[in-house]
Amino acid sequence: MKEVIIMICSTVGALFILSTSVAMLRQPDVYLRISVTAKASTLGVGMILLAAAIYFEAFPVVSRILAIIVFIFLTVTIAGHMLAKAAYITNIPVWKGTKIDELAGKYDPETHVLYSESPDKNPAKLDKKPDGKLE
Amino acid sequence: MSFENYFYWVIVPILAVSVILVFVRFLKGPSMADRVIALDMLFLVSICIIAIFSMLFDQSTFLDIAMLFALIAFFSTTVYAYYIEQKNKR
Repeated sequence: MKEVIIMICSTVGALFILSTSVAMLRQPDVYLRISVTAKASTLGVGMILLAAAIYFEAFPVVSRILAIIVFIFLTVTIAGHMLAKAAYITNIPVWKGTKIDELAGKYDPETHVLYSESPDKNPAKLDKKPDGKLE
Repeated sequence: MSFENYFYWVIVPILAVSVILVFVRFLKGPSMADRVIALDMLFLVSICIIAIFSMLFDQSTFLDIAMLFALIAFFSTTVYAYYIEQKNKR
């Protein structure tokens, strides 16, 4: 019975990892890839580490595995957010099928400060386009 | 089918195929952020492989290496993001 649960957990986790890596290859954009990594891979890693926790079922090992799972759930999202912000600031192009880009023109291209509205409405930045070129 | 055979013939090949697919994205990636996120994904898949092999060899101390890899993945991704952000700053 224990082996069956371990097999099911590890299979689900491995299939999630496989779907994430296929999506890494097929998504058209940096931001979609970061989104896919932050969503699916946490579940895949969590399922496989849960299978390891069921296999060992000793208190030191299970607490260590829970620490790894919590650490991954916290850090993958933070790292993905930082990387997406850096990619957006350095003007990596957004996929042409993207409908809404709510961040367009809200980052100051020199100081990397996020404004709540477009810098065109900001009097200090009146002479700059959103992509950093002078008019 | 026994437990070890299932891991050897199903789980480990799935993870190996996913490592190959992510590594293709690591080689192809048009921008540097693509490569960094592919590197992060490679670290995550390697954590899975370490967990699978710790079950196969019945060595729970391998999971310390998995924790170390999670730390390295987070720090390398954040430091590379900071580097990409500050690289073209005038």
